[in-house]
Amino acid sequence: MALDALIEIRELNFSYGERPILKGVNMDMHRGQVIAIMGGSGSGKTTLLRLIGGAVRPSSGYVKLEGDIVHKLTRDELFLIRRKMSMLFQFGALFTDLSVFDNVAFQMREHTDLPEPMIRDLVLMKLQAVGLRGAHDLMPAQLSGGMARRVALARSIALDPVLIMYDEPFTGLDPISLTVIGNLIRRLTDALGMTSIVVTHDVQESLKIVDYVYFIADGVIAAHGTPAEVRESVAPFVHQFVHGEEDGPVTFHYPTQAYARDLRLENSFA
Amino acid sequence: MPRRIVIGIRGVGHRVIDSIWRLGYASRFFLLTILKSGTGLRRFRLIIREVYFTGVLSLIIILVSGLFVGMVLGLQGYETLQRYGAESAVGTMVALSLLRELGPVVAALLFASRAGSAITAEIGLMKATEQLAAMELMAVDPIARVVAPRFWAGVISMPLLAALFSAIGVFGGYLVAVVLIGVDEGSFWSQMQDAVDFRYDIVNGVIKTCVFGVAVTAIAVFEGYDASPTAEGVSGATTRTVVTSSLAILGLDFVLTSFMFRGMS
Repeated sequence: MALDALIEIRELNFSYGERPILKGVNMDMHRGQVIAIMGGSGSGKTTLLRLIGGAVRPSSGYVKLEGDIVHKLTRDELFLIRRKMSMLFQFGALFTDLSVFDNVAFQMREHTDLPEPMIRDLVLMKLQAVGLRGAHDLMPAQLSGGMARRVALARSIALDPVLIMYDEPFTGLDPISLTVIGNLIRRLTDALGMTSIVVTHDVQESLKIVDYVYFIADGVIAAHGTPAEVRESVAPFVHQFVHGEEDGPVTFHYPTQAYARDLRLENSFA
Repeated sequence: MPRRIVIGIRGVGHRVIDSIWRLGYASRFFLLTILKSGTGLRRFRLIIREVYFTGVLSLIIILVSGLFVGMVLGLQGYETLQRYGAESAVGTMVALSLLRELGPVVAALLFASRAGSAITAEIGLMKATEQLAAMELMAVDPIARVVAPRFWAGVISMPLLAALFSAIGVFGGYLVAVVLIGVDEGSFWSQMQDAVDFRYDIVNGVIKTCVFGVAVTAIAVFEGYDASPTAEGVSGATTRTVVTSSLAILGLDFVLTSFMFRGMS
């Protein structure tokens, strides 16, 4: 199993200036798996995706993708390896000046010499996979939020990547679109034999489709396990997060001095 | 009191260092744009597409303004010249003003506010909606794919627009002076042909428009690429494009004019 790891993350540290974001993160991600990375806002989830994509460099430790240490690659090598991965941004990030068809065809035209009739067939096949073949001549501005994300999904599988990263793919979707996107992620991962990393807050939806979950809190992995293990976990943080409780190790109040002291009431009751 | 002075001096120093840093950053960006122009030049369709957006869509404002500027020149020129009985020289005056100064400068100012601001807003919004980041992750360099084609499209469009501006301006002058006021048509055109020198007037005008084209578009793409990815960031960048490029046009115009026309005729 360990030999099969597509991504290996070891003792990964990252900080913005003095502020540490990730502290000693270790992960293994295998082919054919959907992996969820969960955690509160600002816990370092998106930064982790940026580190895997090579957009930022770690302070120490490494991310290894198919045996290559990402931050040690030259720009050309990085661009080469990026052809094997893709990323679905929170709101799709479709190119607004291109039609749905041209958006999906974008990477094929940029990176391959395929003849236009073949590109057409491939694009229609990708759009068929997300159920939007009929929308190929629409512009991104004409799509609903859920449709835009499905088009972005079709675009991200354009060159059959080995890895897709999803940055909060469920944000702002209605329940139907949410289920559709969730199922698509699972189906495409299985059909194409790739690895999917889903960064999300949406516990219930993602537990239905993922194979493994990592919880990140304050830059460290607070807990990890399969969905069944996570649901039954008694670890206070996981329990609070999975069940969306207000009370628990993650406090509602931003840390500050005592309330009475702030209101200058300290000595009033003395 | 001295503490305040220290803070003030520090503030000035900070701003100066910041501006120099930004200027250096802009220069590096400009150089990168030139170096990464290969993709756009090889796939010329990318540039043609942008020429449509920056050039063709600016035609209306350029042509209408050119017509009116020419008409006003015809009217004012006739008004002044007829005092000296030289009203037949109105053609010369209209043509020289347009070719040497007004054509390049006014067309460039209009270009900056119509096309420059659009380029900045488009690139800025592409950044704000993570389209540039997405492109980078698709192993496509946004400078090569997005910035360079827009830059070259602007550089190509600007001289053509200015030429059209001057041409329609001359026509506007003709409309007012000859058709409306009744200046002799023969002397209007013949005096113009005599006085306008190809190398001295037209080529110098074209050089100006090329320089303005490079300046305006370089500023527009840089401001767009450098915009902070928020609504305020993009609107601020758009404003900076118009202000900075207008000032750059006027400043460069003075420098170029002082090299080109030094009292010779």
